[in-house]
Amino acid sequence: MVLTFTEAGIYCPAADAYIDPWKPVDRALITHGHSDHARWGHRRYLATEAASPVIRHRLGDITLQTIRYGERTRIGDATISFHPAGHVPGSAQIRVEVGGEVWVVSGDYKTTPDGLSEPYEPVRCHAFISECTFGLPIYRWPTETALAAQINSWWAETRAKGQTPVLGVYALGKAQRVLRLLDPAIGPILTHGAVEATNAVLRAQGIALPPTVQVTADLDRKAHRGAMVLAPPSALGSAWMRAFGPVSTGFASGWMQLRGVRRRRAADRGFVVSDHADWAGLNSAIAATGAERIFVTHGYTAQFAQWLVSQGYDAGIVRTEFGGETLDETPEGETTG
Amino acid sequence: MKDFAALFTALDQTTRTSVKTAALAEYFRTAPEDDRLWTVALLSGRRPRRVITTTRLREWAAERADIPLWLFEACYPVVGDLSETIALVLPQPTDRIERSLTGWITALRALDTADEAARKSFVLSAWDGLEPTERFVFNKLITGGWRMGVSAKLTTRALAQATGIAEADLIHRLMGDWTPERVSWASLIEAPDPTADLSRPYPFSLAYQLEDAPDTLGPVADWLAEHKWDGIRGQLILRAGTRHLWSRGEDLMTERFPELAPLTDFLPQGTVIDGEVLAWDHAADRPLGFSSLQPRIGRKSVPKKLLTEAPVIVMAYDLLEWQGNDIRARPLSERRATLAAALDGLPPTLPLRLSPLVAAQDWAGLATARAQARDIGAEGLMLKRLAAPYRAGRRKGDWWKWKLDPLTIDAVMIYAQAGSGRRATLYTDFTFAVRDGDRLVPFTKAYSGLTDAEFREITAWVRKNTTERFGPVRGVRPEHVFEIAFEGIQASPRHKSGVALRFPRMARWRRDKPVAEANTLDDLKAMLARYG
Repeated sequence: MVLTFTEAGIYCPAADAYIDPWKPVDRALITHGHSDHARWGHRRYLATEAASPVIRHRLGDITLQTIRYGERTRIGDATISFHPAGHVPGSAQIRVEVGGEVWVVSGDYKTTPDGLSEPYEPVRCHAFISECTFGLPIYRWPTETALAAQINSWWAETRAKGQTPVLGVYALGKAQRVLRLLDPAIGPILTHGAVEATNAVLRAQGIALPPTVQVTADLDRKAHRGAMVLAPPSALGSAWMRAFGPVSTGFASGWMQLRGVRRRRAADRGFVVSDHADWAGLNSAIAATGAERIFVTHGYTAQFAQWLVSQGYDAGIVRTEFGGETLDETPEGETTG
Repeated sequence: MKDFAALFTALDQTTRTSVKTAALAEYFRTAPEDDRLWTVALLSGRRPRRVITTTRLREWAAERADIPLWLFEACYPVVGDLSETIALVLPQPTDRIERSLTGWITALRALDTADEAARKSFVLSAWDGLEPTERFVFNKLITGGWRMGVSAKLTTRALAQATGIAEADLIHRLMGDWTPERVSWASLIEAPDPTADLSRPYPFSLAYQLEDAPDTLGPVADWLAEHKWDGIRGQLILRAGTRHLWSRGEDLMTERFPELAPLTDFLPQGTVIDGEVLAWDHAADRPLGFSSLQPRIGRKSVPKKLLTEAPVIVMAYDLLEWQGNDIRARPLSERRATLAAALDGLPPTLPLRLSPLVAAQDWAGLATARAQARDIGAEGLMLKRLAAPYRAGRRKGDWWKWKLDPLTIDAVMIYAQAGSGRRATLYTDFTFAVRDGDRLVPFTKAYSGLTDAEFREITAWVRKNTTERFGPVRGVRPEHVFEIAFEGIQASPRHKSGVALRFPRMARWRRDKPVAEANTLDDLKAMLARYG
């Protein structure tokens, strides 16, 4: 086996390295900076150049080696390379080749371009280890254009009613993606400290984002009437939010596709925004790999594996500790500030 | 349909009642009268007769979505709603059909006489020609079970805003056995004829649970106390030779209780009684458990066996109409006296009794009576202010439920299942067991009582501690003890443990208790012997 599945994570014996391990290991290959994939406590890390600033920002002083997309490196008897996963800036699928056999670990991925992350590239392989967070046919994402129209019209409507829209978004990835969908002609954009800290990291590595103003204790909120506020989901309903006066709350997540989930969030609006592949995306990605063996990790694993088997794949389920797109638990590291 | 779908979206997008009321009032002002009427009907649970089975809808949706049926079925529990599941799996619309709400309903009713091929082609072309929200609404029109997060109160408030008619009048006008096929906007809402509907009930008066000490209610002499019976709250209407029995949920259940027919011969026309329908054990002169009533629910006719095994009576609480006059505005003391006089001298074999008063000199005396309520098959006491009129709906002040504290048992969680609808991403439905030596015997399910934070915590735990899977159900390590509260316990041959609980829920997560200290099957049997 090119890769095996262990208590500590997905392991490559030929390289003596783990991919996104959840227990401390000697050598960790990291697909992207979200906290269920890039964890603290490994001796050595390898990640893409583009992912490294966020990983350093979140994990502090670690031994981190970087690699360019598509660059091949030899570790032990394995040839390793990283390829764009389209999930968040810097996110990668990891390709592992041993003795001519190629396995790819998808990490988290999304097949449609979001204008921010390096667009997803299919990688041919023999075995593909895929997430399936949204692996049911009920999940179909709107286009970026439709999303922009929905979010901007909500902003304009709430502004007209004298309310402040507060949109819950994860600090890494989704916040910046939404930022680029916003129409700055409607008003200024305010950010929660956790979002702004990630903005700063991404701006420093050359990613263009529209101007934002961080909400601080002494910020004159009244002077920014009509602003859109981007905050981590945990800030919705908090004392922090109440300082804005009358608000309309929104939540951006793939789970917002489901009416029941929208209603349980008790946000005024739910926007279907996900950094994971939808049903069609998962299926097209898997087909494009040419792989015959598929291992599904997190999400609707049982149903999706059964579907893949019915489509003629040799598919199985692998238990991991990846969280996918969490709805309620805020990933650690998202709540600072 | 576009306007109605937009109304649906507006209602769905907010949790604020004021915003919902405004959106609804605006719709009642601007929509065509027939669409308005249908909207009121749908919001009050009146739906067109189902002409297409959900089995067919599932098959057609899977076919249109080009997925196997099992996969469609796997989506359904995640979404928690059939209409929404269909709307989500279908491909993008290829066409655009403009038709009003009433137009769609009329077209659906016309399918009644169509063959299956015609029904299928109608449904498929509708799916192809509607936007996702309209599709969802369309599916709801077919399947029924309409819930739009709009209470009856909110509907009448919006109607009141749109029409200028008082809310209390509207509540009454909207009750009863009407459908948009038989009434018009004018005859129902604007200028109703009070004699038009002999079956029309009055809005039920409802009580809140008394949370404070009873002496906060003032002198005990101001109050009427009676037992709170655990049956089906009903309104018995005798007018112009007809008999109607309504449930509190506005279900017309006359046919399910044929033994009440003789009452027509003994009570004058123009009599409306508020009471409790109870299955009665005549030998022991006490109610049979609630489960004896259950076979009557959800069936149209009643087999003879049921009539002899679990005959019902109406335990009369109150008199709302007498000799054709609405007497709800009179004080309870007067209504009750009239009721007692009306029932006095009726043959004792008639299935109608006056709910006995519970008399006491002081609150302590009533507290004692309450504590003994379970012994005679009641749930506690009802306290009603003697000077109060019969009000519509649930209000604080004049009526209080003073129920007994629930029974409790400490049980071990052994199975977990994800919730549906708004709780689809959480494990919320659990099966609990009591100990029997080394075995764990499942005896109840419960799915409410925990906070959202506790549900999230237990969900994370379930994911990591699953030992087996049976379809959507996960067997989990028997590690957590919960205090299960319930209102009653009865023997039940249908359950493995031999008991059935009434209203079980999780009262507390007993993190302090190891599994070895959970209650046993013997404890459960002892409770059954005492309270069953």
